[in-house]
Amino acid sequence: MPAFNEEEAVGAVVKEVLSSLPGIRCLVVNDGSTDRTANAALEAGATVLTLPFNLGVGGAMRLGFQYAVENDFACVVQIDADGQHNPSSVPELLAQLEHADIVIGARFAGTGDYDVTGPRKWAMKLLAAIISRIAKTRLTDVTSGFKAAGPRAVRLFATNYPAEYLGDTIESLVLASRGGCTVLQVPVAMRPRAGGVPSHNPMKSAVYLGRAAMALVIALWRTPISVRG
Amino acid sequence: MNPVSYAFAIAAAAIALLAIIEMLRRQRFRERHAFWWLLAAILSLVVSIFPSTLELAASVVGVEVPSNLAFFISIVILFFVTVQHSSELTTLEEKTRVLAEHIALVEQRLSVLTNDVDDSHRGRDS
Repeated sequence: MPAFNEEEAVGAVVKEVLSSLPGIRCLVVNDGSTDRTANAALEAGATVLTLPFNLGVGGAMRLGFQYAVENDFACVVQIDADGQHNPSSVPELLAQLEHADIVIGARFAGTGDYDVTGPRKWAMKLLAAIISRIAKTRLTDVTSGFKAAGPRAVRLFATNYPAEYLGDTIESLVLASRGGCTVLQVPVAMRPRAGGVPSHNPMKSAVYLGRAAMALVIALWRTPISVRG
Repeated sequence: MNPVSYAFAIAAAAIALLAIIEMLRRQRFRERHAFWWLLAAILSLVVSIFPSTLELAASVVGVEVPSNLAFFISIVILFFVTVQHSSELTTLEEKTRVLAEHIALVEQRLSVLTNDVDDSHRGRDS
């Protein structure tokens, strides 16, 4: 669970995760937060790794995957610290890991009423279409932060998780599918986030599309990597 | 060319070259960073002492105004320097990222271990 300045939400989310999913280890990667995120997560019962400065979601995720490899965890589920993702969907994701290396909790696949509109939606649809072709499956939501990774993907990501902008979503999927991992999606319902409002500024959406396209092109240009072991 | 500007050009190039060599000697530069600067300083020293070399080079490559060739070469050298810096910056960023990850992992293990030690002390005391 990557967390950057989430002291208000993280405690409750960790408690919910631990109570609804017995037998798991909840790891919070405190991504250089300047507030009490680490303490809140510790008090709620999570294992906390604190990065000395902010590395972004990608940086936090690679650390999480490394922790999983070092401590012999086979599977990793990434979940947002702001409570948008419902921990009760995690078993559905894990069940699908039998058929794929990466399972995405997709937001627009029928369940729930999460919706974005305008240019941002087109951008997301376009990205989904392109990445579906690369991964050779039908994906409708590639920018979801709710993902499960199986043993092969965990090993791959522990050494090769990109830290760039959108690296945690687009580039990581491209990288994994080119590295031989299979991707599936499972529809999940989204909950309103605990705080803050998503922006609907067309200018920002255009910038987002541009940066996403660039991230995609760079990801495709990278020399492909393969899973060891 | 008037003698003052001739002397000025030589002095400028010589000072640049000496400064780079001195910095290399004091290890303020790694050699791979100094390469482009050394090249630039040596070229400008040669051209300032023998301006005819620039004119000759310009006529060989077909540049009508010799100073344009000088500008072109300076821009190319500066370009290589900045590209090299960007690439090294990326390497350094990756290295700090790895260090940050290691620190986080070690810190967490340390806190688990100190807790264990504290617990065992408390167990012995009671």
